[in-house]
Amino acid sequence: MDTDRTSAQGTYEEYETAYEDGNTLGGPLSEIFAVDLTAAVGRCAGCGATGPLARLRVYDRAPGLVARCPDCSRVVLRLVRGPDTAWLDLQGAASLAIPLGGRG
Amino acid sequence: MAIISRGFHGRRPAPGRNLPPGQYEVHDFPVLSAGPTPHVTHDEWEFTLTTETSARHTWDWAELMALPAETPTVDLHCVTKWSKFGTHWEGVSLDTLLADVETAADFALVHSYGGYTTNLPLADLLDGQAWIAHRYDGEELAPEHGGPARLLVPHLYLWKSAKWVRGIELLLDDEPGFWEGLGYHSYGDPWREQRYQGD
Repeated sequence: MDTDRTSAQGTYEEYETAYEDGNTLGGPLSEIFAVDLTAAVGRCAGCGATGPLARLRVYDRAPGLVARCPDCSRVVLRLVRGPDTAWLDLQGAASLAIPLGGRG
Repeated sequence: MAIISRGFHGRRPAPGRNLPPGQYEVHDFPVLSAGPTPHVTHDEWEFTLTTETSARHTWDWAELMALPAETPTVDLHCVTKWSKFGTHWEGVSLDTLLADVETAADFALVHSYGGYTTNLPLADLLDGQAWIAHRYDGEELAPEHGGPARLLVPHLYLWKSAKWVRGIELLLDDEPGFWEGLGYHSYGDPWREQRYQGD
């Protein structure tokens, strides 16, 4: 796995233990949405890469969940769970295609 | 001799120390991060103060090191509920960095390498309350704790003490940072338990 990245703002070393895969989003998002969003295909608003949310890199040792694009590392989705409110930011997701299962 | 357990790492602080409401004491130094850890060399590092008139004041690493350093010992309070007492830092006071900066701003937006931001009133950066910290516990500040340098503003929740700091924008109007724009409190006073908006 490519673990180093160089950007205009310096060199980043990726600690493999620093993030979880996007399946980590499943539980917290199931509290808000009726469908399993980890299988939804999202498009990164930063680089245009597409893939299931399960492929995102989720930084969960933080005040909230921060899900980043595995290709460009930009933030695709953020979720903060307060005592009685959840805040969801999808600014970094240009679109989401959500599988709804077969029609009955 | 029986092995004696080092025991329960208690949730009560040592005598004489106070925990803000809802916090527990830790003895390690948890690493929290919203993204990959930037690795910025001293040669690349730069810190820029930008005023509301777009005037820029920039320090490179050598210039920061040439400024008088202070050695604050402070308690840290993270919004994820851990607190760490008596941490030893070395850094340059924001009073020093702001001494020759003309501004009418009331607010500051802190920027980090890696894109993180956090906001706070400019007054909270002054009067011996905040530093650009570059050493922790007698050693260079490790990247996972924000090295080469981080903001240290310990009277507010630790998310305000931006790791990998690269600049501060001085603003006439308050502008929410990375967590403040997603439910977290704009000010973040641990003693008033200002974790979320509305607290």
